[in-house]
Amino acid sequence: MSDKSEPQTLFEKIWSTHRIMEREDGQVLLYIDSHLVQDGSAPAFEMLRRRGLAPRAPHRTFATPDHYVPTDSRDLNAMPDPEKRAMAQALMDDAARAGIPVFGLDDARQGILHVVGPEQGLSLPGTTIVCGDSHTSTHGALGALAFGIGATEVAHVLATQSLWQRKPKTMRITIDGALNLGVSAKDIVLTIIGRIGTAGATGHVIEYAGSTITGLSMEGRLTVCNMSIEAGARAGMIAPDDVTFEYLKDRPFAPSGKDWDEALTRWRALPSDPGASFDRELTLKGRDIQPMVTWGTSPEDVAPITGIVPDPGTVADAGRREALTRALAYMGLKPGTKLTDVAIDQVFIGSCTNGRIEDLRSAAAVIKDRKVAPGVVAWAVPGSGLVKAQAEAEGLDRIFTDAGFQWRYAGCSMCLGTNGDQVMPGKRCASTTNRNFVGRQGPGSRTHLLSPMMAAAAAVTGRFTDVRQLLAEAAA
Amino acid sequence: MKPFEFLDCAAVPFPQANVDTDQILPARYLQKPRSDDFGAYLFRDLRLRKDGSLEPGFVLDQAPYRDARILVAQRNFGCGSSREHAVWALYDHGFRAVIAPSFGDIFASNALKNGLLPVVLPEAAVAELLQSLEAKPGTRVKVDLVTQTVVASNSVTHEFPVDPFAKHCLINGLDELDYTLSQVQQVVEFERRREATTTRPGRPR
Repeated sequence: MSDKSEPQTLFEKIWSTHRIMEREDGQVLLYIDSHLVQDGSAPAFEMLRRRGLAPRAPHRTFATPDHYVPTDSRDLNAMPDPEKRAMAQALMDDAARAGIPVFGLDDARQGILHVVGPEQGLSLPGTTIVCGDSHTSTHGALGALAFGIGATEVAHVLATQSLWQRKPKTMRITIDGALNLGVSAKDIVLTIIGRIGTAGATGHVIEYAGSTITGLSMEGRLTVCNMSIEAGARAGMIAPDDVTFEYLKDRPFAPSGKDWDEALTRWRALPSDPGASFDRELTLKGRDIQPMVTWGTSPEDVAPITGIVPDPGTVADAGRREALTRALAYMGLKPGTKLTDVAIDQVFIGSCTNGRIEDLRSAAAVIKDRKVAPGVVAWAVPGSGLVKAQAEAEGLDRIFTDAGFQWRYAGCSMCLGTNGDQVMPGKRCASTTNRNFVGRQGPGSRTHLLSPMMAAAAAVTGRFTDVRQLLAEAAA
Repeated sequence: MKPFEFLDCAAVPFPQANVDTDQILPARYLQKPRSDDFGAYLFRDLRLRKDGSLEPGFVLDQAPYRDARILVAQRNFGCGSSREHAVWALYDHGFRAVIAPSFGDIFASNALKNGLLPVVLPEAAVAELLQSLEAKPGTRVKVDLVTQTVVASNSVTHEFPVDPFAKHCLINGLDELDYTLSQVQQVVEFERRREATTTRPGRPR
């Protein structure tokens, strides 16, 4: 156990209170407080069955299908592909068999796990959270240690409620100052990834700090932590504060009454101690962050909207030059093209990165009284049934549909297309998701990552557009 | 898991950085059962043309590499999605080791649990290895987990790090879960110790 007199980071506090035992090789068996399972978990349940094991702590496990669910209806049987249907059904069956709480398609609370966990108060400060999905880093926004794992590890957690881990290094990214108009959490994290690269934080847990971060709403914080994995980080986290507590209070699974008061006392002790040291530090200024858009096939291939498609000819490193040339060929972009001159075919607003109510509000504010540009197919897919209901209560669905957007049911949808919602080959999509990898949204798809506001601006103009111009026009 | 054996075979040069798991195994095969041959889906969109015929320029199916069991790539191999299927695809194709300067954290962890050895070598060593593989396709490479060394013909020997427990499991074909289950009393005691003092998700109201 660590020396109490040494200043500790938020990460170290959670790590040290979840150590069960240490192996000779220095790996620690970490206790897992909450295990989220989605409809990609069938192989892990199968591994368990083959060994004759049952989930050890169903009450610490929570399930909702998100990857394979249709977003044009709530009828699983309407899904044309029997294999995809079977994945979503397997989760319902595995959860029922094990006594794991599950929000199915007939439940308004169903949604993307990384939206539902925080929304339900399942993701709590000071806890360890895992899920067989790399974007589990999202939940760190509430001051939890949360990270993605593979199928064998999912089976390990189901069987033992624990996981072997080598202690990661720590990295603090401090951002101070106010954000400019038209700049959001998505632009913060894209800026960070552009700066440090997709392997920039490999082996590290990032703690985001500074007044820009503490000034974000919980939705914004979730967006930042969500894409920690795109910087290579094991996890991303933000110290819990009044924004966190305000957000969690009265959530269905959050502690209540006397338990809440006790929890609050513990949670207030979680933030990194003054003087706690990190293995690496990075500082940015909030005012330097601009609306961003990716142009390549890695999230690190990103530029401010005022920028241009880079020229591989100017890159000295041969490997990087070839990678750039390959990326531009795939993306169908010419070096030197202004990003604002690039026309789009599709728009996708949603995902565990940007499928929350604030994201829909910010996009709707740009879209209001405007129309989707001719020829552009635009979708809005809320992150959960409750986000959808909230948006409808606020009339946001009407703003989207009046503009020409499709308003759909909750799920991962076009972020990775596992349910069949795909971008067609060669089509260019302005997407609020997290990965612009080759083929990510479907074979041949061309993905550009950006914020909900920027996606909305692209939808109504038919090309990438500096949302600040539209906001200025609206204000004038 | 089958025990990891000494490798002395051809190695495929794959001189790209940031090879993501969406490339290794496209998402549309994620619903396939583990009983499938995931090797058929490996690098599917790079390896096959739209009509299903082999892409002639793609390295994997070139004659010198048909029996290759080692892949050599640049930094951050296996970044992105946590899909273990990416490891299954490499393994089912016949790969038993991937050599690179760095790996995505989750990929490396998944690999070790499935008999695929992620070998981390310095950037310069990987560059040299790639150069020799490209200069002479089919060049044999030896990977010895016991001595933790890699050696290519006409080249120096490179040592690589590996967690001792993971090494033990790989060499003996053991699963980590069996070990943890033998220690489960520790989990029980941990739960008892902290039950009274810590937060956990409540029951829904």
